[in-house]
Amino acid sequence: MDHHLEQQAAESEKKAVKLLGMWASPYVLQVRWALAMKGVEYEYVEEDLRSKSAQLLAYNPVHKKVPVLVYHGRPIAESQVILEFIDDAWNHRGDPILPRDPYRRAMARFWARFKQDKLSPPIWRWFTTEGEEQEAAYEAAVEQLLVLEKELAVSGKPFFGGEKVGFVDLSLSPLAYVIPIYEEIVTGGGGGGVKMVTEEKMPSLAAWMGRFLSSPAVRGHLPPLEKLRPRCQAMREAFLVSARAKVEQQQQQ
Amino acid sequence: MASGSEEKAAVVRVIGGWACPYAIRVFAALKLKGVEYEFLQEPAGRKSELLLKSNPVYKKIPVLLHHDKPICESMIIIQYIDEVWASNGPAILPTEPYARANERFWAQYVDDKIAPAFLVLRGRTNGDKDEAAAQVSTALEHLEEAFVKCSQGKHYFGGDRIGFLDLVFGSHLGWFRAVEKISGIKLLEEDKYPEITAWADRFCTHHAVKDVMPETDKLVGFSTNSALKAKPTTN
Repeated sequence: MDHHLEQQAAESEKKAVKLLGMWASPYVLQVRWALAMKGVEYEYVEEDLRSKSAQLLAYNPVHKKVPVLVYHGRPIAESQVILEFIDDAWNHRGDPILPRDPYRRAMARFWARFKQDKLSPPIWRWFTTEGEEQEAAYEAAVEQLLVLEKELAVSGKPFFGGEKVGFVDLSLSPLAYVIPIYEEIVTGGGGGGVKMVTEEKMPSLAAWMGRFLSSPAVRGHLPPLEKLRPRCQAMREAFLVSARAKVEQQQQQ
Repeated sequence: MASGSEEKAAVVRVIGGWACPYAIRVFAALKLKGVEYEFLQEPAGRKSELLLKSNPVYKKIPVLLHHDKPICESMIIIQYIDEVWASNGPAILPTEPYARANERFWAQYVDDKIAPAFLVLRGRTNGDKDEAAAQVSTALEHLEEAFVKCSQGKHYFGGDRIGFLDLVFGSHLGWFRAVEKISGIKLLEEDKYPEITAWADRFCTHHAVKDVMPETDKLVGFSTNSALKAKPTTN
């Protein structure tokens, strides 16, 4: 009897919650992990971003991007907004995503912004450039990663959220699986690879990466590494080709 | 500005600037909650020791110091104020999850679209002024529609009281008028955006806002002085 009611509840929840996403998007993955943490059943819709569906354009007319979470027919866009929504809407269920204490909540929100503002840009620049520009981006990225390293080391906890995965861990999650892919590709298979996060320089962060990827919420939905590698490789090549073409143009003038 | 070394520092202090919309929204939030605070005006052209110590990552204003603990980033600060002083007066963010998400979405949109466009229109950063004005127009169109949905016929985005989105969007209103004067481009046109225009007047005359919203001419003067000093933007 209980099991039947549970099943019914799950099915009706699945109808109430829909996620529009794209397999390669780290922002979509964050949302999937948050939903998993709260044990929320949902319908997933894979979008082709080169040919956006009418549904996506209707639900997110302002940005036309994924992820979009649709709750009882009402859309929510922007991954950070969605993560907070999931925490609010299901706060009676599972572990909290954001801490309860106001100061700790403020700090969690701060580190999530830090990732967007200070970490992502240099990492992306490092991945999409070469030569001096790449070296400068590398230094900038490492400098910011060391700030995070210190934060985690000082806390002495396994996750940024404390004993369990939380808002900051989810916000930083792309680093956990994207950086190793970037490291492989940038190295280009030659000897003596370029590492951004090493055990010597950033022991806490290095340990966190593996720990995060084996945590319960993530284990159920691993990032598609085999598909991501060639996609990232192609992106880097496209950026380099375009940059080299510009340089050539300028030299010819 | 600073208190004597023997005096205990006020429990709530804000490192900010009178002309800075991100600081203005924090002042207004504290006033809404009836919280006394000490305003530490950043000196012109340089960053104070206290700011660099309190916000080493961004080195930007505003910073809220609560019992000397720093909280940075204006939207994060407002949510902190709302949560710490939850029992003081009405909530700044609504309680219903979808309404909260909606206000957060639009708040981020406002800061992403309006602030950078203003810098171009003021001549502080390079860019096409017509494009910047168009960006503001598009934003106002969306916000006009959002206002109708959020306010449900009442006075503010927050309904019958000033809320999170009111504070974030409203804090830019001083600069709206100043930028119109500086650029000669009318942005907040009443016939195009009647709801927002009416809301703007209500917001700026609200008791929690009127004393912290700078006058247009003062902002124009500030902008001219900044241009002369040609310093890189701080906010």
